[in-house]
Amino acid sequence: MFRRLPEIETALNAAGHTVSFTIDGRPASARAGDSVTAALLANGVTACRTTPVSGAARGPYCMMGVCFDCLVTIDGTGNRQGCQVRVAPGMAVETQNGKREVER
Amino acid sequence: MTQPSRGGEYDVAVIGGGLVGSALAWGLARAGQTVAMLDEGDIAVRPSRGNFALVWVQGKGLGMPEYAGWTKKSSDDWSGFADLLREQTGLDVAYRRPGGFMPMLSEEDLQARANTMMRLHNQPDMIRYPYEVMDRETLRKELPFIGPDVVGGTYCPLDGHCNSLRLLRTLHKGIGLLGVDYRPNHRVERIEHRDGGFRMTTAGGEVRAGKIVLAAGHDSARLAPMVGLSAPVRPQRGHVIVTEKTAPFLHHPTVYVRQTDEGGVMIGDSFEEVGFDTTLQPGISSAIAERAIRFFPLLGKLNVVRSWAALRVLTPDGFPIYEESKTAPGAFVATCHSGVTLAANHALTLAPLIAAGGLGDNFTPFSARRFHVPQAA
Repeated sequence: MFRRLPEIETALNAAGHTVSFTIDGRPASARAGDSVTAALLANGVTACRTTPVSGAARGPYCMMGVCFDCLVTIDGTGNRQGCQVRVAPGMAVETQNGKREVER
Repeated sequence: MTQPSRGGEYDVAVIGGGLVGSALAWGLARAGQTVAMLDEGDIAVRPSRGNFALVWVQGKGLGMPEYAGWTKKSSDDWSGFADLLREQTGLDVAYRRPGGFMPMLSEEDLQARANTMMRLHNQPDMIRYPYEVMDRETLRKELPFIGPDVVGGTYCPLDGHCNSLRLLRTLHKGIGLLGVDYRPNHRVERIEHRDGGFRMTTAGGEVRAGKIVLAAGHDSARLAPMVGLSAPVRPQRGHVIVTEKTAPFLHHPTVYVRQTDEGGVMIGDSFEEVGFDTTLQPGISSAIAERAIRFFPLLGKLNVVRSWAALRVLTPDGFPIYEESKTAPGAFVATCHSGVTLAANHALTLAPLIAAGGLGDNFTPFSARRFHVPQAA
């Protein structure tokens, strides 16, 4: 659904500034400097969580820290705003199923 | 539907649309009365939108055993009340009665708490109920997440909680289905007792009723003297913090911390005497958050999503007032700070008595005469 602009894709490949991380345990790559949310979208993950009460699917909306719809589990901590965290090498990003767990 | 009585348009007008007024209006309509519920607007001081949602028994009634009995009765009737609401409205107010804890952070506090519970139960005419004083190890079996500072606590199997915002919504839906005439933006300015009925001058026009029930919370202090009653209530502020929704882990409510049916963790139990001021004080929010983390350290990982302050409706001794006017018969006052706990009583016990015409001798201890306030004419 989302694709990087061709000139950015080309520059990215030329510079080699890619970051390897995982989405639900699967290897994925992003551009250095991407937010976790942008990295998810670039990898085709548009629904990153389900809601805590009704279980409806949700995906990133505002991309600027306001809507809280891009919540994911990052390195074991639930309910992180993916758009406010920069993707890092080796980062474990998990889509979140309903409520977070208090102990993670 | 019965015909309005000779006094006016309605058999009874309930003044106040919070939890106390709504539960009474629901019960009155169910008892066959034609009912108007006169409410203020959105800016009303409304503790029903800010409370902690406990249906709590343990520790209440030291100094007035009748209040302990009244509270226990409501707790006993709450499950049936929730069932009636669900059958009528299709809404679930999430009442649960898993038993509640009051954890303690020092041996001194635990001993004082144990003494209070003993004195409570040693009162003459006290309705006894089960409770336990637990040491740390016993408590830990029930609440595995307690922090190292918790020395023990008290437990009572009668304690529970509900979703109190949904309770308010459900009661409003319920009274609508029962034909209650809900009138928001009808702040009552004046009440006249004449020809055996009552005439209210309100912001939304005149309303007449054969009987009235003052259930206006803080505003009952202003209204009661208009009909020969008194309701010397004062606001006492309490802060509440709620965290993000979290998978269920805290299976019992405590006085200070509880997990809601939808997963948020509520943190509360502060007391400030500051008048009608609902401003949040960050120092108080952080104090109650810090205390909650001492009880349950794992709460420290959760994000806070909202905090607010609400104003308890407190009488001088903290116990409710239920009374019918001597000089204006048919005018009743009902005020308490436990509109959630006592909702079942208000709907199922108090409202039918008011519908039938009087409170009876059982309610004498709840009269405001105990404060020796001179009655207005």
